[in-house]
Amino acid sequence: MRIGVVTFPGSLDDRDAARAIRLAGGTAVPLWHGDRELHSVDAVVLPGGFAYGDYLRCGAIARFAPVMDEIIRLAGPPTAAAPGLPVLGICNGFQVLCESHLLPGALIRNDHRHFICRDQVLRVESTSTTWTSGYTAGDEIVIPLKNGEGGYVADTATLDQLEGEARVVVRYLGFNPNGSYRDIAGVSNASGSVVGLMPHPEHAVETGYGPESDSHGALSGGTDGLRFFTSALQGVLSA
Amino acid sequence: MGRVVIDVMPKPEILDPQGKAVVGALARLGFKEFAGARQGKRFELEVDGEVDAAVLERAAEAARTLLSNPVIEDVVAVRSAD
Repeated sequence: MRIGVVTFPGSLDDRDAARAIRLAGGTAVPLWHGDRELHSVDAVVLPGGFAYGDYLRCGAIARFAPVMDEIIRLAGPPTAAAPGLPVLGICNGFQVLCESHLLPGALIRNDHRHFICRDQVLRVESTSTTWTSGYTAGDEIVIPLKNGEGGYVADTATLDQLEGEARVVVRYLGFNPNGSYRDIAGVSNASGSVVGLMPHPEHAVETGYGPESDSHGALSGGTDGLRFFTSALQGVLSA
Repeated sequence: MGRVVIDVMPKPEILDPQGKAVVGALARLGFKEFAGARQGKRFELEVDGEVDAAVLERAAEAARTLLSNPVIEDVVAVRSAD
């Protein structure tokens, strides 16, 4: 099970994403922004950071990197012959997915205009995605959040469609850290193969290092984000 | 050498945190007659020859493809600088 992690100029969390994949039991394959092929990976993670310095708009230039051509082609609307390539976009990666039109909506500057970094409570709303199938709907998890431009926006029709099709994957709980419409922290494409979220599951994958939560009546040990990666591994293995 | 100027503005219905910060600062400086501010982007594209209709059409295409995100922004002007 090979999961590619793309490094753009300015990516920050590519190593953490690769580490999360390894801790989940997969093989992390480094992909370079200039790669024109994906080296036989089964899925791709677009990591956090500030690709191309966030110039123009966050993700706007990264979206046209050579490696994205192939990712966009393979992750596009799935057909019977070609189920879409699973892609997880975290933070900056979520911004790249929106700029690529693989996911609807856009991320704009936080409504309070400050960079924010905190342990964020999320509710898992949809488990019918490649990246969240290992959770139970309604699970409350705590993972780190750190962004300056994390406000999720879309027009009302798009938001209604996302809600109606159960494509809001995770929602901010208790506190909306960036002004995202309808407290949306992450969304998926129609088939659930492509997921983007602003918070960072890859920073909560190892006991003792992620934020503690007691949402299930016992301390989880800071590994609330790990199931994003184990979900994908189990999904691909059973496919 | 010709120059094409492209103006991109945040859509009216999308929150513009930068504009909000600007109008707040204006008010603190005594510019109280300005009730609102929105901040956009101006691009200047240079071409070797004249700016003709074909160049403007290509510039408009560039504006739609890369220079703006239609989800949150409008291209409000594509014009020759001359």
